Amino acid sequence: MIVALLVLLVTLGSVAFHLWSPWWWSEIASNWVGMDNTILLSFWITGAVFVAIGLFTAYCIWKYKYNKNRRADYEPENSKLEWFLTIITSIGVIALLAPGLIVWNNFVTVPKGAYEIEVVGQQWAWMYRLPGKDGVLGTTDIKNIDDDNIFGMNTDDPYGLDDILIDADDLHLLKDQAVKLNLRALDVLHDFYVPQFRAKMDMVPGMITYYWFTPIRTGEFEILCAEYCGTGHYAMLGYVIVDEQEDYDEWLSEQMTFEEIMASNGKSDLIKLALNKKNDL
Amino acid sequence: MSNNKESLINLLTQKPWEPAQAKVDNLHEGKTFNLHVGKLGLRYIMVVSTIMFCLFIVTYADRMVYDDWIRMPEPFLLWINSLILVISSLFFIRIQLASKKNNFEKVRRELVLIGVLAIIFLIGQLLVWQNMIEAGYYVSGSPANGYFYVFTTLHGLHLLGGLIYWVMTIKKVWKLDDSIVIRKAKHTVELCAIYWHFLLAVWIVLFGLMLFS
Amino acid sequence: MAADSYDDVAKNKESIPELEVAPQDLYHAKSFWTKYIFCQDAKVIGIQYALTAAAIGMVGLVSSWLMRMQIAFPGVIPMDAAAYYQLVTMHGMIMVVYLLTALFLGGFGNFLIPLMVGARDMVFPYVNMVSYWVFFIAVLILGASYFVPGGPTGAGWTLYPPQAITSGTPGGDGLGIVLMLVSLAVFVIGFTMGGLNYVITILQARTRGMTLMRMPLTIWGILTATVLALFAFPALFVAGIMMTLDNMLGTSFFMPAIVQFGERLTYDGGSPILFQHLFWFFGHPEVYIVALPAFGIVSDLISVHARKNIFGYRMMVWAIVIIGALSFIVWAHHMYVAGMNPWFGFFFATTTLIIAVPTAIKVYNWVLTLWRGNIKLTIPMLFSIAFIITFVNGGLTGLFLGNVAVDVPLSDTYFVVAHFHMVMGIAPVLVILGSIYHWFPLITGRFLNERLGRIHFWVTFIGSYSIYFPMHYLGFMGVTRRYFEVFEGDNFTYSITGINQFITVAALITGAAQFLFFYNIIVSSKFGKKAGKNPWKACSLEWQTPDVPPTHGNFGKELPVVYRWPYDFSVPGADEDYITQDTPPSAVANAKAEQT
Repeated sequence: MIVALLVLLVTLGSVAFHLWSPWWWSEIASNWVGMDNTILLSFWITGAVFVAIGLFTAYCIWKYKYNKNRRADYEPENSKLEWFLTIITSIGVIALLAPGLIVWNNFVTVPKGAYEIEVVGQQWAWMYRLPGKDGVLGTTDIKNIDDDNIFGMNTDDPYGLDDILIDADDLHLLKDQAVKLNLRALDVLHDFYVPQFRAKMDMVPGMITYYWFTPIRTGEFEILCAEYCGTGHYAMLGYVIVDEQEDYDEWLSEQMTFEEIMASNGKSDLIKLALNKKNDL
Repeated sequence: MSNNKESLINLLTQKPWEPAQAKVDNLHEGKTFNLHVGKLGLRYIMVVSTIMFCLFIVTYADRMVYDDWIRMPEPFLLWINSLILVISSLFFIRIQLASKKNNFEKVRRELVLIGVLAIIFLIGQLLVWQNMIEAGYYVSGSPANGYFYVFTTLHGLHLLGGLIYWVMTIKKVWKLDDSIVIRKAKHTVELCAIYWHFLLAVWIVLFGLMLFS
Repeated sequence: MAADSYDDVAKNKESIPELEVAPQDLYHAKSFWTKYIFCQDAKVIGIQYALTAAAIGMVGLVSSWLMRMQIAFPGVIPMDAAAYYQLVTMHGMIMVVYLLTALFLGGFGNFLIPLMVGARDMVFPYVNMVSYWVFFIAVLILGASYFVPGGPTGAGWTLYPPQAITSGTPGGDGLGIVLMLVSLAVFVIGFTMGGLNYVITILQARTRGMTLMRMPLTIWGILTATVLALFAFPALFVAGIMMTLDNMLGTSFFMPAIVQFGERLTYDGGSPILFQHLFWFFGHPEVYIVALPAFGIVSDLISVHARKNIFGYRMMVWAIVIIGALSFIVWAHHMYVAGMNPWFGFFFATTTLIIAVPTAIKVYNWVLTLWRGNIKLTIPMLFSIAFIITFVNGGLTGLFLGNVAVDVPLSDTYFVVAHFHMVMGIAPVLVILGSIYHWFPLITGRFLNERLGRIHFWVTFIGSYSIYFPMHYLGFMGVTRRYFEVFEGDNFTYSITGINQFITVAALITGAAQFLFFYNIIVSSKFGKKAGKNPWKACSLEWQTPDVPPTHGNFGKELPVVYRWPYDFSVPGADEDYITQDTPPSAVANAKAEQT
């Protein structure tokens, strides 16, 4: 009796916790409502299964408690019932998988015209690079990195000259503009994750990974590193600030391009090749 | 083979609680394969090491496609070492035949030769290493170097393990008291031979891989 | 013509070499050393495995306590971030590999396989003994890493390069990571020797009448898990060797060009993702290496204590085999957001969700075994029920994480931590606990104390559920895992301090209950109530030994002959509500099953 009650309580208690607990996702700030909806759908389907199995187990324990004058049924198998359950389960699984794959398809298909931004992770800080006026991110190579060139820009690539380099943990984005984040890591794995945007992807040294999203409301959102990256992992934080056009432009105007940074450091001769090529363009 | 597959399906669809099935099952000897456990054990070990080498080969193939892949030279000595392995395998075929014919004098003589050849092979591999290192092909030099050293080491370790079993085999064929011992010894010789052929096959695959990539 | 294979065996009987039929040479212990230390009896080896695993498991348990203290009550136990990450890493590695894998296969496998299939011992007793000692050395090497400069590795149990072998990670530039990798390699070697015995004993050394489809599901689970290990562990071995070389000799298998703390390292061109593929090619089957024996054992416990045959035995066997096979094509669901080609996501999400179907069937069949049963609420049964609830919960959250688009927001959060602890931490541990209560009378001849056992059950089940159920909701909120300081994120909907403290207190209590359990084991093995022969009235062979506890050679002079499957409970017309596997048909002439 008490065991049946326990099972009942655990089942219903889990449902109650789900309905009334204050811990829930924060309001979404990107276009990935589809992910939230798939999660909700998963909750409905799996929740129903969980409750059904819990209640049935509790019922069995209560109803078929040991009685030495009674015998259990002798039924080695029941193919009909088992196939029925298999098919029901398969339908449930398809109902979960299909919407999930549709959302994933959107997630990996970057829309044309998405604004390309580079996010660089290193132990234990973030850096960002915007493509500048020409709208193209210049090429980079990790072997170029030194004190003057912390992004590892290729010094003979003219497209890199107007790239805006931001060596800070905070990034501003424009509301309602789709962005594609090109993710790069200098040392170990990192992961650029903002809970409100829902999306995340690891940054892997030696390759460029990406994901895209559209911020849909203004505000300040905390960046968390989501892939363990060493002792300072927990402190690898920052902010994404989603702005309206006006504020965004103001912030943008305060940032410096690669060319300007090199000039202000008196190192313009290092990017001579790129400057020459730029004149040829 | 098709018969085997069919019987696997038959096996998994048996209803062990049915009396008709029970009558059949009661006659079962309790063995799945008509094979000696020793042979099965050896197959198990060969499967595990095959999987291990396959995984290495997969990573090798994965790495090879990058453009910074630099080939390694194949020192002539490697060909000689390979030849030694081939010769030992050939000798083992002779040993297998002799063992079947109960010609244990020959078995003993040539088993010793096998050991000598194995040791020569291992020394030869070490010499190759020495040449490579002298020529500046260090393990950290390029991925191809790394794989070369990994492959040769693992293959060598497998051969060393084989030598332990070889010592056991030698012990057995030197002390042939009665018919049971003789049967056991013949069995051991057989297993030892299979393992040697397996190592040759592994080496041919690895050597071929390094040669043609 | 279901009997083809047996006819073949019968036909070929003449061709079996005589050596085959010769009785197994039984090893006989001559001194204390060979009887208890370098013993070749599988039962003793099983207990050695279990005790060693439990001992190192304690280290894992205490690690988790310390971790939880840091999360909920920072500063009470002083530690820095490095120490915290070392605790996280060692906890994970110990629990998954050195506790669960070793306990299920080394412990239960060794003890139960020969007894349940009707063999006198494993087929290669000497190799079996060596296998245990190699495992023991692996544990020692692991333990040694606590005492080297820099301490054990803090790379997380997944040991992802580049961070695992670079200086930003505790133990990454010292001996910690090296000892970890060496210990794993040694473990794999030892395990391969053990697996050799499990597989071949099950396949070749069964007693007369024991067909494969007459084996208890415990044996099916162990057999399939061992075959999985046979394919999966080489991947760990290969990854371990290559990473050791990267670390010690400067090769670049997994290490790309890196600039760390402003300094360019010498590596170039390796692929960190390749390591992840190798690791999870091992890591995902590893989940089932732990889960399948648990599935098998719990099926037997439920059947015995519900006095009813396991529902749908054939489906249960198929499900075990299918899950085992599928587990090799789902590994990359651990890597949806790892930066691999995103198109893999479609394939791996589909295969992953397909695996839910056979798993669900297993759950249905457990519950349907209870249905119309005659349920004795013994302690093993209580743990089995708790397992069903926990496993259903953890399995269903797996449907979230396997579904690639849902995994994107949830991966690397506490949702994942809660999921895998529920499904492959708590659920298998509940089975282990239940099965210790079940088989303790066979091992020692005495029952474990009932009252202590019930307290242990209630605290363990309610405690562990309270730890992990709320934790999922932290994940929804976006609380990332492996954070040394759990902070109140600016945008969380509600404070997480209170819930973390609740979880920590629950963890401390649940952990403490396990010490009660150890106390129970120690006291009951000396003073427990005498159990006698076959106290649970089970059908399978391990309970039919002439001596309890079974002595060396297991079955006295004659090996038992098997006449039925192991689930003949409540057969209509039979005098008792169980018919043991070695009962000949003539002895139960009334039973309906015998007449039809």
